[in-house]
Amino acid sequence: MAIVTPERPDALAPEQPLNVPARFLRRPTGYTPGLWGWMTTVDHKKIGIMYSVTAFVFFLIGGLEALLLRIQLGGPDQTFLRADTYNQLFTMHGTTMIFLVIMPLSAGLANYLLPLMIGARDVAFPRINAFGFWVFLLGGLFMYSSFFLGGAPNGGWFGYVPLTRNMPGHNIDYWVFGLQILGIASLSGAVNLIVTVINMRAPGMSLMRMPIFVWMSLVAQFLLLFAIPVITVALFLLSFDRLFSTNFFNVAAGSDPLLWQHLFWMFGHPEVYILILPAMGIVSEVLPVFSRKPLFGYQVMVFSGIAIGFMGWGVWAHHMFATGLGPVAVSAFSASTMFIAVPTGVKIFNWISTLWKGKLTFPTPMLFAIGFVAMFTIGGLSGVTHGVVPGDTQQTDTYYIVAHFHYVLFGGSMFGLFAGAYYWYPKFAGRMLDERLGKIHFWLMFIGFNMTFGPFHILGLQGMPRRVYTYPEDMGWDMWNMVSTIGSFIIALSILTFIINIIKNRKPQEVGDDPWDARTLEWSIPSPPPEYNFKEVPLVTSRDELWHRKYTEDEDGRSVRREVTLGQEKMAGTEVEPSPAEGHEAPDHMEGDHTDGEGHPDGESHDEEQEPHIHMPSPSYWPLVSALFLPVISYGMIYKTWAVAILGGVGIFGSLYAWALEPATAPEDTPVHGPDTSGDDLEAVPV
Amino acid sequence: MRRNCRLAALSATLFLFLAGCAEDAPQDFLKPQGPVARQIDKLMDPVFIVAGVVFLLVQGLILVAVIKFRSKPESPEPEQIHGNTRLEVGWTLAPALILLAVAVPTIATIFDLAQKPENAVNVTVIGHQFWWEYRYDDLGVVTANELRMPVGRPVELTLNSDDVIHSYWIPALAGKMDVVPGRSNRMHLIADAPGDYLGQCSEFCGESHANMRAKAIAMAPRDFDAWVAGQRAGAVTAAPGTPAEEGSTLFAQKGCGGCHTVAGVSEGVLGPDLTHFATRTTFAGSIFANNDANLRTWLRDPQAAKPGNKMIIPGAPLTPDEITKLIAYLNSLR
Repeated sequence: MAIVTPERPDALAPEQPLNVPARFLRRPTGYTPGLWGWMTTVDHKKIGIMYSVTAFVFFLIGGLEALLLRIQLGGPDQTFLRADTYNQLFTMHGTTMIFLVIMPLSAGLANYLLPLMIGARDVAFPRINAFGFWVFLLGGLFMYSSFFLGGAPNGGWFGYVPLTRNMPGHNIDYWVFGLQILGIASLSGAVNLIVTVINMRAPGMSLMRMPIFVWMSLVAQFLLLFAIPVITVALFLLSFDRLFSTNFFNVAAGSDPLLWQHLFWMFGHPEVYILILPAMGIVSEVLPVFSRKPLFGYQVMVFSGIAIGFMGWGVWAHHMFATGLGPVAVSAFSASTMFIAVPTGVKIFNWISTLWKGKLTFPTPMLFAIGFVAMFTIGGLSGVTHGVVPGDTQQTDTYYIVAHFHYVLFGGSMFGLFAGAYYWYPKFAGRMLDERLGKIHFWLMFIGFNMTFGPFHILGLQGMPRRVYTYPEDMGWDMWNMVSTIGSFIIALSILTFIINIIKNRKPQEVGDDPWDARTLEWSIPSPPPEYNFKEVPLVTSRDELWHRKYTEDEDGRSVRREVTLGQEKMAGTEVEPSPAEGHEAPDHMEGDHTDGEGHPDGESHDEEQEPHIHMPSPSYWPLVSALFLPVISYGMIYKTWAVAILGGVGIFGSLYAWALEPATAPEDTPVHGPDTSGDDLEAVPV
Repeated sequence: MRRNCRLAALSATLFLFLAGCAEDAPQDFLKPQGPVARQIDKLMDPVFIVAGVVFLLVQGLILVAVIKFRSKPESPEPEQIHGNTRLEVGWTLAPALILLAVAVPTIATIFDLAQKPENAVNVTVIGHQFWWEYRYDDLGVVTANELRMPVGRPVELTLNSDDVIHSYWIPALAGKMDVVPGRSNRMHLIADAPGDYLGQCSEFCGESHANMRAKAIAMAPRDFDAWVAGQRAGAVTAAPGTPAEEGSTLFAQKGCGGCHTVAGVSEGVLGPDLTHFATRTTFAGSIFANNDANLRTWLRDPQAAKPGNKMIIPGAPLTPDEITKLIAYLNSLR
């Protein structure tokens, strides 16, 4: 459907169509600068950056909470923190690190990279993408507002009933509604990324040619899709009990408190695979690049990731071994827990084999990736010991468990995410981070991390339970607690090094497209990428497509650099026929896929000097506006101010309605790049 | 000089490490003191050994790889190896077989520990925020904080909760089991030798979760029988004109009896039975040794000592003199 608009002499200031009400309500255009530009962006790269920066700030806050906990526990019988303050801090530390740090960091990286890695120009639903970010930010702020409004959640990150059902005050309500809001963000991200990966891969990119990070993120998104609804149900039941005195978890009315635990852990166990799979994907990208050979066993790595995703649904009650489920149930889950170690262990061996006989260099991303393999192994091994149920009846709820999950979540996920940060920073920012500071960061973090969490194994074996705000002095726990506290400050120092590195390297540099001599498509475009990502939609002929373009193999299977990188020869002045479809008979296009169905961007000119006319979806403020109503509803519900809750509900429905009526690309919007030289840049707006 | 420094640093590290291992830790479960804990420990020993071997293997391979295959100027581009099916099958099957070997004794042990023992002393344990109640229904004994048990004979625990989920744990004697309101769980303990076995609540149960400790006291069978006999007796009546007697009056006046049972005197169910309070070595969830100084601290302000605990003294604040008399009364409750 062609749209006719009035002439536009000045591409920079689109003429206002007749019926737009007021200037400030006018939809922003692709040229929107400054803060309003970020607030209305639908560019997956900007959204990815916002996710990552916000999550990093929460990481600092969660880390501060941890330092406070460690100060309190640095010695016996300390009074630095009161009991209830400690309980709030440990609850928020866990909730923050899981929901406000690792999940959004993984989402942010996936957001930025998945389209680039599959050769797409954006995600399937750019506005939903933005919505997911704003909901995350507002959910986190909402939860943290509790500190100033009566006290932060204090029932543990797992919120067991009946304790949380009957907890006075609103602390738990903030936890419940905060997580519901965050769940909406996760679900919208999951739907978006799944549709993107399934539908928007560049021609030739079959599933088994996708970069492994795409695969692991995809599995994680499917896990989110099915796991978040479970905790949503649990949280609804709990909130109804608290707000409306229903009896889902009322023991006196005949309920079984274990119902909460089953629901929570049916979410909670897939959740931990959500937390680790993306980081495993990152490691699987980084190790090959700095070993200069492919990921060993790509197919096995894909299938083990899928296997972990499936098997992860069958182990949840290993969090409940001491609850009295009976020997049959407990034996079944013991077996399933042990066997999930098989696909996990297979990955470790494949990573080591990737290094084996490689040509290894050790820039900072490689250090973190190798660190991941080493530390995750430790966490995985302690995890297997938990699977031995009689042993677990001693280990569970002690610091031995705290050791396990910090080794897999910090030594695993966080090390993996830092590997990704150092690896992709040049692509995102167009500058390299300082190598020396990076190495200092790594070694300080490695030492500090092991000093903090290594002793937890010993403390657990020596009988120190979890979630205790203090301990007496004759328990034999003093020394290792002190060592751990010192270690935690070394971690803090390492993070400071990272921050200094980022600040010191603010000046733009010329890093080029491919500073690492890497293997995947995101390194085939400039650093940072232009808004449209790919000037031409790439044609993919193999896994590790970029490596294949740069290198061929000799008879020993060793890489030999091609004289001309494949795909470059088109740039050497070869004329390409203009795309026939000026008519916009586009088959099912997704938002953001602004091609004419034949892989050519619309109206593309192949003149080196001229930027192509690639239409990108227009910015929009509806994602932000709709997101704002979610905390409004929540505050209304918590304080039982129904008018506010209803206002929020009406607001969000109104916003979603307005959003739905808004086209993906504003008809009056101009091409993102380049002046109109084809004489007709009028674009059919894809539905 | 530098060599001595390095040696000193090494020995200091070693010393610290060993000191950590050697320190006396009463809740250490690697030092079982009874057959149940020992059975668990025996199962875990080979598991830890296997884990240790795998740890050394994996970390060793990583170290070898990063040293042996580090890039040197003369090293050629590596062969672009994509995989090896035989290896994949091998390192899938081998761990699976090892885990199978672990799973079999694991499941056997699970079922074995689930059996109710013969000739047991039956005790009902009730978890409260933030203290443990023990009811020996067959023997007609009610007490709190300390689980007295005969040596060498199983103690079969029926585990209930009065409010939220707690977890009962005496590490040297057995693994833990949750007490879940609305459900009854079971476990059993056996102690090899007389002595005190420390434990604590191991499921976050509220503000003073850290202050909900546990203690099992194993005694020679004859001593246990004597203890039972003493506990079955009625409450000692304080001699008239003594501070203890004045304390007993305050006990009623200040509302203590509303929460605490003293046989023949009061019937309260919210707090521990105090009939034989003076025979106990600890109080307040076993965080305090039972002595006058601690009792004074407690009675002056229970909330300060144990934040969030359920003891609100109706007749608070108590004067120092009133506290003295109450302590005398409590000390008389043998």
